[in-house]
Amino acid sequence: MLGPILETLIGGLLTGVLYSLVALGFVLIFKASGVFNFAQGAMVLFAALSFARLSEFMPLVIAFALAVLIMIALAYAIEFLVLRHLVNQDGIILFMATLGIAYFLEGFGETIWGSDIYKIRLGLPQNPIFILESVFPGGLLIDPSELIAAVICAAMVVLLAIFFQVTRVGRALRAVADDHQAAQSVGIPLNKIWLMVWAVAGMVALVAGMMWGAKLGVQFSLSLVALKALPVLILGGFTSIPGAIVGGLIIGAGEKLAEVMLAPVLIKTFDLAGGGIENWFAYVLALLFLLFRPQGLFGERIIERV
Amino acid sequence: MFYREVGQFKASYDADQAIFPIAQDRWFVIGLVVFAFVGVPLFAGQYLYTEVLIPVLILSIAAIGLNILTGYCGQVSLGTGGFMAVGAYAAYNLALRLPETNIILVFLFAGVMAMLVGLLFGLPSLRIKGFYLAVATLAAQFFLEWAFARVKWFTNYAPSGSVAVSRIELFGYPIDTPGKTYILVLAIVVVLTLAAKNLVRGRLGRMWMAMRDMDIAAEIIGIRPLHAKLSAFAVSSFYIGIAGALWAFLRLGSWEPLAFDVNRSFQVLFMIIIGGLGTILGSFLGAAFIVLVPIFLNQLPSWLGIPISTAMISHLEFMLFGAMIIFFLIVEPHGLARLWAIAKEKLRLWPFPY
Amino acid sequence: MRAPHGAEIAAGDVLLAVEDVSLAFGGVKAVTGVSFDIRKGEIRAIIGPNGAGKTSMLNVINGFYQPQRGRITFKGKARAQMRPYEAALGGIARTFQNVALFKGMTALDNIMAGRTLKMRRGFFWQLIRVGPALTEEREHRHRVEQIIDFLKIQHIRKIPVGKLPYGLQKRVELGRALAMEPDLLLLDEPMAGMNLEEKEDMSRFILDVNDHYGTTIALIEHDMGVVMDLSDRVLVLDHGVKIADGTPAEVQADQAVIDAYLGVSH
Repeated sequence: MLGPILETLIGGLLTGVLYSLVALGFVLIFKASGVFNFAQGAMVLFAALSFARLSEFMPLVIAFALAVLIMIALAYAIEFLVLRHLVNQDGIILFMATLGIAYFLEGFGETIWGSDIYKIRLGLPQNPIFILESVFPGGLLIDPSELIAAVICAAMVVLLAIFFQVTRVGRALRAVADDHQAAQSVGIPLNKIWLMVWAVAGMVALVAGMMWGAKLGVQFSLSLVALKALPVLILGGFTSIPGAIVGGLIIGAGEKLAEVMLAPVLIKTFDLAGGGIENWFAYVLALLFLLFRPQGLFGERIIERV
Repeated sequence: MFYREVGQFKASYDADQAIFPIAQDRWFVIGLVVFAFVGVPLFAGQYLYTEVLIPVLILSIAAIGLNILTGYCGQVSLGTGGFMAVGAYAAYNLALRLPETNIILVFLFAGVMAMLVGLLFGLPSLRIKGFYLAVATLAAQFFLEWAFARVKWFTNYAPSGSVAVSRIELFGYPIDTPGKTYILVLAIVVVLTLAAKNLVRGRLGRMWMAMRDMDIAAEIIGIRPLHAKLSAFAVSSFYIGIAGALWAFLRLGSWEPLAFDVNRSFQVLFMIIIGGLGTILGSFLGAAFIVLVPIFLNQLPSWLGIPISTAMISHLEFMLFGAMIIFFLIVEPHGLARLWAIAKEKLRLWPFPY
Repeated sequence: MRAPHGAEIAAGDVLLAVEDVSLAFGGVKAVTGVSFDIRKGEIRAIIGPNGAGKTSMLNVINGFYQPQRGRITFKGKARAQMRPYEAALGGIARTFQNVALFKGMTALDNIMAGRTLKMRRGFFWQLIRVGPALTEEREHRHRVEQIIDFLKIQHIRKIPVGKLPYGLQKRVELGRALAMEPDLLLLDEPMAGMNLEEKEDMSRFILDVNDHYGTTIALIEHDMGVVMDLSDRVLVLDHGVKIADGTPAEVQADQAVIDAYLGVSH
């Protein structure tokens, strides 16, 4: 009895790590520029598409390097065409602008690279393996590629956390997130900062895209996955890197557990046509969280002064 | 020189606060409405009705609804699709189980049901703001989508998950041609628009806008956040629910929950951003824009003589919408409605430059 | 929770009494043990060096902040926790240091918004508009126009307030507060950022409001000349504590006040 639950739990946790990767990109941009980047999901899709197509006719490493360059170029374009013109606007305007970017990127990516489902072959072990066979009869089934993804994610988190806390650039980024005008007035070059942040977020998106793409194949629904990162952020707090991790884990595990444990109950009680609780569980969880602790687990309390 | 107010003195506050204080505007709109009822049926063909006029009119209602919530009251909502679904399925179930009910009552019921659901999902707005609220409304969207796909009772245990409506009649008079459908939708639109305009001009509209602009100051002058926000959710969901029922019954005929997915929510949001947040006119302009662009893009291959696949056209659509959103947000955040107002300003001075 | 509808207060009697109020934000003590009163019909100035707790005091009266200790009695009835909405309902109106207007609305609409509490016609009538709701709009528009005339802002009434110069914005904000027909009007630095001419205008408006409508006024102000000319009594705060309370002449001569302003350490 415990075995299957544990299996689901581990599977969920590993999926959760992948959610965290996407959420990390959000947190970076929000932390550094106060912009809620709705386009993060589209960036993941775009990065994954680029990498997938490029890797079809060149070695993986070169494809990766090129993809990185593409994401940096994208950051330039976004800063130049969109962000620069919307400095000091309301948060809600910037949010809607990122909505526009998201739609544009999706269409653009599919125009250039095509809209079929593309595979990413990273040479990761595809076959599930069994662990802890001594403890549980038959062992627990886990997916090694997800395990590797978890390790990569953890590494990225550590790197980024150090970056933000310790370096001068990281400090400048935090100043910018606080107040655009004030940061400008002490000489922080707003445009360069935003450029850097979006570029880094782009690279995080690329890694996330590669991981998800290897698991699911690169396709349109990837951007729906990214929407799932929003509840992760709410749980973890929009400005917290550790929060993105913890939030991702909770959402990932919670979803899977709900599907396995809660769904059968609901199906019986309400005579449902199948489960699919995963579609909304994360959001409803986030909603409940918002009602009781709007700033998330690790986020900062916002106090409004008059 | 045609568009001058010279000689038009408003002798009363009523005249000053009228919907169209300038006589030329008034005549223009009255003329437009008359033309819509009488002139259009003289020449419009099926395509114009089913692919342009009816969709634009129905989506305008949804856009007015969302505009009230997001444009006037400042509460961002990504749950429009879900609320439209509530309206559609409420109407379907009522028409199914009480087949003798008048169609107008069916639509009103759809609105009321959507309003109740809207109130429920609007409660979080008392504690949550901004894009946090947007994520909360996503909860509504995905939950409602799921509910209508999975709870078999809603779809009357249809094995395929899709439902259909049969003949529609108004007081015994069958609505069976696009022309008749158009007139029915047009009448509903006129009534709902007038009602919305009245609300927005009055005390409630001011309360909504005050909440949007500075909710702290609004409380200081005696506006209760609860009252303002919940009333916005209620009215907004009512409109969106009716739009959903109209869309299902009069535009689609048969549908699945997919017709009201999160893309629909974004679509309506785009309408009001492009059309003009916080304006009634903008809701219409935005709806027209969003409906016409795909049609335009579909004609593009034949005009240019280049074959473009349907998939490519949908990609181009995405790109165009995304680009237009950004364009409007940068250049004219108040959308097409503001551009229209500016054009009228210029017209007042024409032919003089200033 | 209904706002207390207090007893009828005669001119000269105490309208608002603040007893031993203390307010702290975490470790920061904004206001400590302050007691004073405001009599009906008077103009009361609250002055003090920066950071003295003046705005916090106003925020407490207004219902924005809840004091940790102390009691406030308005119109004879003591209140415990009170939200800004209830303060408004009770007859307290307020302007802010950084103008808190509704930037997306015109000046006229902003002031009409101030009539919200006075407008009664419900949802249904507003929906149809023709009839009782329209009559109500007309009546209140009439009152608002009187205020607009009084403040001499007829020429800008249809302009979105975000486009107005700062001085006119402050006037519109005053108009919005007046539209509430308050018993007590709290003005937070109404003359900040104004030139001499604007200050004279604003002073005259404040005096007229007090004379003409009989509104009791409490104002925070830094310009000593204005304070001496306008106010009946003055309350002086420093570091959250009351250091003087009396007529302008008394306060001007008080040594503790002079020390506070000159920054003498104590």
